[in-house]
Amino acid sequence: MADALFLGIAVLTIGGAIAALELRSLIYGSIALMGMLGGIAGFFVMLDSPFVAMFQIAVYVGSIAVLILFTVMLVKRELIFKKIEDPRRKFAGIGLMLITMVAVGAVILDSGIHTITTGEDPVDFRDIGVDFLTYYWPALILMAFILAGSVMGALVLARREDFVENE
Amino acid sequence: MSNELIEFVLVSVALLGIGIYGLSVKRNAIRMLFAVEIIVNAANLNLIAFARFMPHSGGQTFALFSIAIAAAEVAIGLALIIVAYRMYQNVDIADFRSLKG
Repeated sequence: MADALFLGIAVLTIGGAIAALELRSLIYGSIALMGMLGGIAGFFVMLDSPFVAMFQIAVYVGSIAVLILFTVMLVKRELIFKKIEDPRRKFAGIGLMLITMVAVGAVILDSGIHTITTGEDPVDFRDIGVDFLTYYWPALILMAFILAGSVMGALVLARREDFVENE
Repeated sequence: MSNELIEFVLVSVALLGIGIYGLSVKRNAIRMLFAVEIIVNAANLNLIAFARFMPHSGGQTFALFSIAIAAAEVAIGLALIIVAYRMYQNVDIADFRSLKG
């Protein structure tokens, strides 16, 4: 049975996700997204994965959400407060959301997943480091190249060609 | 641990549904990026939940990879949005149709 902490974090996460998409202001939407990402980090702590929770807070709440906030600030003021959506699609979108939730939820409830319980100790985070440096080392190096490439690609894309420096 | 696996998975399903709603209804490029982030986080929550209930370090390792790749995706996505905004002075994806080849 879900306890109060779980319910609180679930409300924060799901409410934050809905607010991020539905709040009129993009800035408040970004802050709601931060709350949702923080809620996910709370779930990770509940699931005995403090290392991943720390990574989630550092990468998502600390950098991605701030990057999104700065991008929002670069956009014109009227676009920040303007709701750009297709009203005809709204009901179709809600229908699609409900169909997805009901279909996937029915499959999950029917799969016998509720019989899975654990009495075992959680994975030690030192095992993750060992995994990274032994079995997954090629993937780790590839990920480093992808991250470096993406940062360089983002800089090249965002560079202004028409900008002339005053001498 | 008092919570069951299915509770985490159901939260994850709810987040997936909200993300799909955002992707299908919103035309604001930044909001669509929010929706993608919500779906990625739903997947990460699943990975960590299954890794806890069937103890194996692989789940946490894959979640860390996923978070790092999502960071790269957001950096590129936001750069593309800034370029498109500079060209069209708008973040409405309906205006970006002329980007098609």
